[in-house]
Amino acid sequence: MKEQNLADLEAAFNEKLKQDIRIEPKDWMPDAYRKTLIRQISQHAHSEIVGMLPEGNWITRAPNLRRKAVLLAKVQDEAGHGQYLYSAMETLGFSREQSIDDMHTGKAKYSSIFNYPTLTWADMGAVGWLVDGAAIMNQVPLCRTSYGPYARAMVRICKEESFHQRQGYEIMCTLMKGSEDQKAMAQDALNRFWWPALMMFGPSDAESTHTQQSIDWKIKRHTNDELRQMFVDASVPQAQLIGLTIPDPDLKWNEERGHYDFGEIDWEEFKQVVSGNGPCNAERIAARVKAKEEGMWVREAAMAYAEKKKAKKAS
Amino acid sequence: MKNNLFTYTLRIADDSLILGQRLSEWCGHGPIIEEDIALTNIALDLIGQATSLLEYAAVAENKGRSADDLAFLRFENQYFNTQLVEQKNGDFAVTIVRQWIFDTFRLPFYEALQHSSDKQLAAIAEKSLKETKYHWKHSSEWIIRMGDGTEESNKRVNDALILLWKFSDELFYMDDVDKELISQGIAVDLETLRPAFNERIHYVLQQATLQLPDSKWKLSGGRQGRHTEHFGHLIAEMQYMQRAYPNMEW
Amino acid sequence: MAGKEWPLWEVFIRSKQGLNHKHVGSIHAADAEMAVENARDVYTRRSEGISIWVVESSQVFASDPADSDALFEPANSKIYRHPTFYEVPDGVGHM
Repeated sequence: MKEQNLADLEAAFNEKLKQDIRIEPKDWMPDAYRKTLIRQISQHAHSEIVGMLPEGNWITRAPNLRRKAVLLAKVQDEAGHGQYLYSAMETLGFSREQSIDDMHTGKAKYSSIFNYPTLTWADMGAVGWLVDGAAIMNQVPLCRTSYGPYARAMVRICKEESFHQRQGYEIMCTLMKGSEDQKAMAQDALNRFWWPALMMFGPSDAESTHTQQSIDWKIKRHTNDELRQMFVDASVPQAQLIGLTIPDPDLKWNEERGHYDFGEIDWEEFKQVVSGNGPCNAERIAARVKAKEEGMWVREAAMAYAEKKKAKKAS
Repeated sequence: MKNNLFTYTLRIADDSLILGQRLSEWCGHGPIIEEDIALTNIALDLIGQATSLLEYAAVAENKGRSADDLAFLRFENQYFNTQLVEQKNGDFAVTIVRQWIFDTFRLPFYEALQHSSDKQLAAIAEKSLKETKYHWKHSSEWIIRMGDGTEESNKRVNDALILLWKFSDELFYMDDVDKELISQGIAVDLETLRPAFNERIHYVLQQATLQLPDSKWKLSGGRQGRHTEHFGHLIAEMQYMQRAYPNMEW
Repeated sequence: MAGKEWPLWEVFIRSKQGLNHKHVGSIHAADAEMAVENARDVYTRRSEGISIWVVESSQVFASDPADSDALFEPANSKIYRHPTFYEVPDGVGHM
């Protein structure tokens, strides 16, 4: 391609971004933009799929029929959301299988929150309320992200996800209205999930390597710290309303800023969990690899049968 | 005192409940995302059926027990599901063969139960039939794909048939409970379902290039509350919360 | 055959009677029947559809954005295809 040509294409691309016109799969886009999108969308998709595991852990032990059905439906939605996202990613010319393999080898990441264990039923409440709550903070602005298929997938996901956070908060409410054991269970879940939930927004803006470029490209629409603050501001009153205590002695309302101040995140823990040393990293990956390997013969059988059928039709 | 309607409804409910519980173990572990979602859909349908049926059983019993009490607070020998549905998931072939035998029975069963003189059972059957048609299509197609797929899949699905076919006859189990309710037009005479069941079984197996196992040996006991060894583990897991924290709202 | 992924299918859903099928995304499936079922399970969990089309993605031939000037701009100048191009007296009412 001639240099002039390339400059024209780039100018046209930037003009589209400026005017908030969506970029579509066959449109010209800079390589780095494509790569960043593939990384971000696949990471997001992997998070949905790995995210099925900690909650799936409680489906067979859900305390009543209603909760069992709700949890099943919710975890199934996560598989669906994973698929919407893989579908968006595949429009960029990157295959789902390759991307999943990259996750299995550790080359591609998923949200660090799913490397924490779900130890009690209350964790289903905490995960729905906080983890889905944090995810929604992240996702709502992404409905306006610059890449068309990604934005459309996010619109669908956000619409479906609104019940996820509510069902989690409802679990917490029910527990806080219950016995002392139940209240303690709820508080314990909050204690364990609060800080990991704050870490979900990623490194602080000063440390984040990708943020500025992603914001210029309108792939991201808010910085990590902005989103984290929004999440804290939204969650604190929700906790207080039902009598839960946020496990942060430094948490207090700052009249001047109009936001809550909160304590320092343990970034060493964050780094360790992201790089594979969380409580469940090995287990999560092992479960996904096992599903893939044990499903191999199933996928092959279906392909072999489809090919036989095609051949029969042709003859 | 004997309560036929209660027992009858409970038997149907327990089949749905226990199979739903087994299938839900797959959630997050399916052979490919699309199939993970499909299996979960079936599990959700079954849990939904179980809920409606247990609610009705609770009404029929009229002793103040709720659907949840029935689902979570009975002892092993008080569950009346067939032994087929409690069998472990095994590999995908075992899961699908178990599902397929069950769906092939449930299809003519719900078709007949729609015409029950008991309006509630008829209504549940009508709704469940729509779901079951889809389940049957899904499981039958997989039987065919596996049977006529690769050498390995053919072997696996064949092994699964050998493992599970001996439990199929219990689906047709009937005793005095059935006989009395049949005379009132409430229950389905299961013997009348055999031709439709056999025809569907053979139709699918033929396309799948598979055959039924030679052995005619049958196992049963679930309908009388006698289960296989791993059933205790299944309900231990299912009942954990209700047993550990009795009498609480969740 | 390891690594041979099921083909990709584009999914189109008619959300209700009287509307066109609309593209919603994609799924993987070994054959067309399975593609319809997978599309149903993935894209209509909340009664979003009453009819599904699936097309193998490799069968879709798309226009090239680089040609879009030539393909679509000529229509912009044909304003006489639009009703507002024509003037009619106010008293005539809806036409």
